[in-house]
Amino acid sequence: MRGILKLAYKLLVNDKAKFTALLVGNTFAVFGMMFATSMFSGVLYHSFSTVTNIGASVWVMDPAVQTVANSIGMPDYVLDAVRSMHGVKYAVPLYSGGALVKLPNGTFQYVSVLGLDDTSLFGRPQLTEGQPQDIYAENGFIVVHDADFSKLGNPHLGSEFQLNDHRGVIVGVAKVAASGLFGIPTLYTTYNRAIQYIPSPRYTASYVLVEPKSTGDIAAIKQQVKALGYLALTKQEFMQNIKSFYIYQTGMGTNILIMTAISFIVGLSISGQTFYTFILENLERFGALKAIGTRGRELVGMVLFQATFTSLTGYGLGVGLCTLLISLAKLRLPDYFAMITYFNLILALVMVLVIAGVSSYVGARKVLRIEPFDIFRG
Amino acid sequence: MQNPAIHATGLVKSFGEGDAKTPALRNVEFEANFGEMIYIVGPSGSGKTTLLSVLSGILRPDAGTVAVEGVDVWHLTADQLADFRLNKIGFVFQDYHLFPRLTTAENVAIPLILKKKDWDESVEQAVKYLEIVGLKGRAALPPVKLSGGEQQRVAIARAMVSDPDILIMDEPTASLDGDTGHALVGFVHRNLLNENRCIVVVTHDNRIFDFATRILKMEDGRLVSSRGEA
Repeated sequence: MRGILKLAYKLLVNDKAKFTALLVGNTFAVFGMMFATSMFSGVLYHSFSTVTNIGASVWVMDPAVQTVANSIGMPDYVLDAVRSMHGVKYAVPLYSGGALVKLPNGTFQYVSVLGLDDTSLFGRPQLTEGQPQDIYAENGFIVVHDADFSKLGNPHLGSEFQLNDHRGVIVGVAKVAASGLFGIPTLYTTYNRAIQYIPSPRYTASYVLVEPKSTGDIAAIKQQVKALGYLALTKQEFMQNIKSFYIYQTGMGTNILIMTAISFIVGLSISGQTFYTFILENLERFGALKAIGTRGRELVGMVLFQATFTSLTGYGLGVGLCTLLISLAKLRLPDYFAMITYFNLILALVMVLVIAGVSSYVGARKVLRIEPFDIFRG
Repeated sequence: MQNPAIHATGLVKSFGEGDAKTPALRNVEFEANFGEMIYIVGPSGSGKTTLLSVLSGILRPDAGTVAVEGVDVWHLTADQLADFRLNKIGFVFQDYHLFPRLTTAENVAIPLILKKKDWDESVEQAVKYLEIVGLKGRAALPPVKLSGGEQQRVAIARAMVSDPDILIMDEPTASLDGDTGHALVGFVHRNLLNENRCIVVVTHDNRIFDFATRILKMEDGRLVSSRGEA
């Protein structure tokens, strides 16, 4: 079979015009599918960055919360009640909100502020400059050195700013696993300083972060929190909820689905049409092969190989092109969201194999129907 | 006693259905022996190519039998039939049907490749056959760079490379001028016909009749006359 496949390969590759057209069709189909889904993956990944960065096992929140950013304040008794629940090792409050800071040059910048439990500083990021305890210093804030860091004028230890007429001082620079979705810098401070500096409604605790005694206790904790009228989610469940919100309730998922489908249809049309033309142009040769003594399944194998080879080569080129463009974009725009995941790669691979399958099916049907007698008749 | 190369009896074949049904073969009896170069001649539409196709295992007859070296061809399965054509028959098509994307040597090597022989060995052997037909120097060229006569010789080399017992040639001189056609068939007669091979040629070209062992004339789907070597 290897010789027959080499024959199929030569017949395909030596027809440079058709082969190029097939590659271009497949490459851009894959590129389109990869790019759309990579953008979406990037958005989703950054949408739950706070959950990733804080790292708590269980999050307690108002049942109406859909994303980290639109938290709903909970009364203080919720924290006390959760701390007293069976199976809870410890529980701490988390403040999550936004504020406008005035920079030394007089400009304003919107920031995300996370207030960590004053006692434990649970969920604090890893510092690259400064000491964790410096956060207790007067007006102390830790700034996250992510893609949006420069929007605060590239602050350093000791840099000052104003937050709601309060003085703020950078006492630490941190790195986090993922930057936020909305392209704004992130500041960490203590919970009490956050609610003191930022105008807050009556209820101030955005979330209660819970560490269970064991994973087996999580179900009981969720039940007890539910009885209290609130919602407890594991880290993964919260991330999934956020994903579902963006996929199903923002229209983003539908748009990405449409873009992916369009790329697929365009790719299928170009590749299918070109491959069909290629088969038609070579039909007499396939007929001659059949007359000489090629078996039907060998001819199908040749067609399948040709379609799969072009599809997989196009897949490789499409993935490469997508990766290159995303890398170039990230050089210019550090907070560029697109992100290639295994899911994107597998999805594009499955779709390109469908393109190969459809092209092969159409081609193979034609090849199997050719009668060697037609070759004799000329 | 050796079986005849080809023994066909009662061959019937029609095309179309109902009122449009056109008989192409009407109860044709045919026999060819090894060492013979048999010509089938006749006007267009007389059934020559149909007969050739039925004899070579390409077109199934409506009735009748074809035995090649004693084996009933039309009782073989599709795969067996493909193997039969690959191993027993060499085809020279009227329009050559060479592959323009392959080199001349690769074209000739195709039957060996289909027999699952190593690619390089097949091409190497193909070059030897190109040497026999006088085209060794053209082995690396694509067929489109060759003249009509040269392409026909490539087609002959391809038909012969797997050393078939039966060589089927459909209008081998149709695209060639008189001298080239005569020289080419003369070459086939001198170099390829032997006591272990039978050559069946469909032709209109009476300039090559002098090479025939027997000439069978077809008219309206019937073999109407037969004569010995001209």
